Amino acid sequence: MSDKSHKIRCQEVWKIFGPNPESVFDLIENGASKQELMEKTGHVIAIRDVSFEVQENEVFVVMGLSGSGKSTLARCINRLMEPTRGSIYIDDTDIAKMNDQELRELRRHKLSMVFQNFGLLPHRSVFDNVAFGLEVRGEKKEARYKKSQEAIELVGLKGWERSRINELSGGMQQRVGFARALAVGPEILLMDEPFSALDPLIRRQMQEEFINLRQQLKKTVIFITHDLLEALTLGDRVAIMRDGEIVQLGTPVEIVNNPSDDYVREFVKDVPRGKVLPVRDIMEEPLVVITEEQPVAAAIGEMEKKEVDFAFVVDSTGIFKGALTKEHAIDTKDNGSVKAGEIVERECPTALPNATLEHCLQLVAECNIPVAVLDEAQRLQGMVTRTAIIQATGGNGAQNGSNGKR
Amino acid sequence: MLDFPKEWDFGWEVIKFIDGVVEWVVINWDPFFSAINSGVLHILLPFERFLLLIPWWVFIILIGFIAWRAAGWKFGIIAVSFLIAMSFLGLYDLTMSTLAIVLTASLICVILGLPLGIAAARNNRFDELLRPVLDGMQTLPSFVYLIPALMLFGLGKTPAVMATTIYAIPPIIRLTNLGIRQADAAVVEAGRAFGATASQLLRKIQIPLAMPTILAGLNQTIMMALAMVVIASMIGAKTLGTEVLNGIARLEVGRGFTGGISIVFTAIILDRISQGFAKKERRVMTR
Repeated sequence: MSDKSHKIRCQEVWKIFGPNPESVFDLIENGASKQELMEKTGHVIAIRDVSFEVQENEVFVVMGLSGSGKSTLARCINRLMEPTRGSIYIDDTDIAKMNDQELRELRRHKLSMVFQNFGLLPHRSVFDNVAFGLEVRGEKKEARYKKSQEAIELVGLKGWERSRINELSGGMQQRVGFARALAVGPEILLMDEPFSALDPLIRRQMQEEFINLRQQLKKTVIFITHDLLEALTLGDRVAIMRDGEIVQLGTPVEIVNNPSDDYVREFVKDVPRGKVLPVRDIMEEPLVVITEEQPVAAAIGEMEKKEVDFAFVVDSTGIFKGALTKEHAIDTKDNGSVKAGEIVERECPTALPNATLEHCLQLVAECNIPVAVLDEAQRLQGMVTRTAIIQATGGNGAQNGSNGKR
Repeated sequence: MLDFPKEWDFGWEVIKFIDGVVEWVVINWDPFFSAINSGVLHILLPFERFLLLIPWWVFIILIGFIAWRAAGWKFGIIAVSFLIAMSFLGLYDLTMSTLAIVLTASLICVILGLPLGIAAARNNRFDELLRPVLDGMQTLPSFVYLIPALMLFGLGKTPAVMATTIYAIPPIIRLTNLGIRQADAAVVEAGRAFGATASQLLRKIQIPLAMPTILAGLNQTIMMALAMVVIASMIGAKTLGTEVLNGIARLEVGRGFTGGISIVFTAIILDRISQGFAKKERRVMTR
């Protein structure tokens, strides 16, 4: 029935709080509003008919203001809260139908959680907190030690193993929370506003570390946040929730470029686009690409033909070697035997396809050729010019960039 | 018309009824109470023998050491001087007997009180049932326990321990209940999210988090036990209270005073030591 790559699938999930949730569905079908429902029956709809799928190794962000039902949704996925109606499939198993034993096994092995207020045990050391999940599922001491130690090193807490939790700063405490979640080797991470309780500088740093870690770790992540910028920077896809419903679900670029309604538009308005949009979205074909074996004269010829004053140099397998400006090429063209590879400028701006526009704008501000976009194997994928970046970021993003550099 | 009608006065019938019940229990439940009696004596007597067996100076040094660990070196010195003063007053042996009963009763309170407190924390209905019972146990004049205890166990130490246990158990039940209920919900939720079973939650999260509160309850239990032991001397347990009682009976002000001051010293030592440990635990949790 479902595609194998769906790690998590929520189908028409409802969560209603109140004395008898099932009894109010008739009223809801007859179009009772939230207020009416509250006043007449004392029930609150926390999640209203939510469906979505999360792919394997995807970072799926649920963004919403307080009371939008986002944290409740996260808790339905590991059944810390029971969904009133609907199905939640993890690897094609409906977790809403699991008994207590199966649910415990799921939580112990497959799915772990990071909390906004850390939820650490104050009477235990850092190490014993990280080992908690392993201890609960009855792992032997040696295995516990090895896995916890790995997780501790991964989050950069080496040397702090014996410290008490309340000796650590907020950022460090959340690292412990993160290590605890990773130590059990889960396939899925539920992160409930993990960085919201941290101060802005630390939050920024943790976000960056999260981005690095997720590339190493390959986990499916459901990330809850109230911060749109955080959602757009961290998420592969973002679901925006309001009053228990998903109002828009899409990639960060889709959300920034095509807000589905006024509510989302209002949010997106203040987002610095340069911080969100990846360079992949606006990169162009490089105009002149020459191999390092070609003579400089040929390179100049190519540049003149295309009417540009730079060229990108690659080797025979397409690996990027550097850039060559026309000016520099003309200066060194003495006897015609010099090859492009010998005079190539190796120090030129390059970026990964998922680098942000803002990042690239800083690079182009430093020199007068476009940024070369390379994949992880250093192969040339495309290029972006300053004009393209400024146009794409529109008003506020461009201002940020140019002010910074002039 | 001014007085309550005589024919509506059933006081005497009620008294007779209760007497009847107790008499029936004494006759028919004797094996049961004998079992309790020997159980209590099995804890109490070795304990008392141990306290009286170790040399007095070893004991004083030991208490001084514990007091120092719990409440600092100043209090260590105070505790030692209190004990020496009591020895000079010739009340060392009686102090040991008092301690044996207080600590035995406190131990029974912990053994019974912890599970009851945990059960009350986990089950609201049980909590509602238990609450008025605990209120009653704390507000009934403590003398009231003495008569049935006396009838069921006879004169001596066991009724003293039993009456003391009943009087002193409410705080540890209440504060265990409270401590577990107040355990940080976020931490408990995290425990559930990692697949802890109910008993793992209890052992690894709720009880450790409740520990400072439970220890505060233990402190109160010990203090109430001491207060009750003094009264229990009326049913034949030889304790420091006996001295006070004799002082009253024979109008010997001095005897009453030395006994009384020794009780105060014992109370201070027990209070500061048990409070010291409770405070230490709390500091660990919240620094």
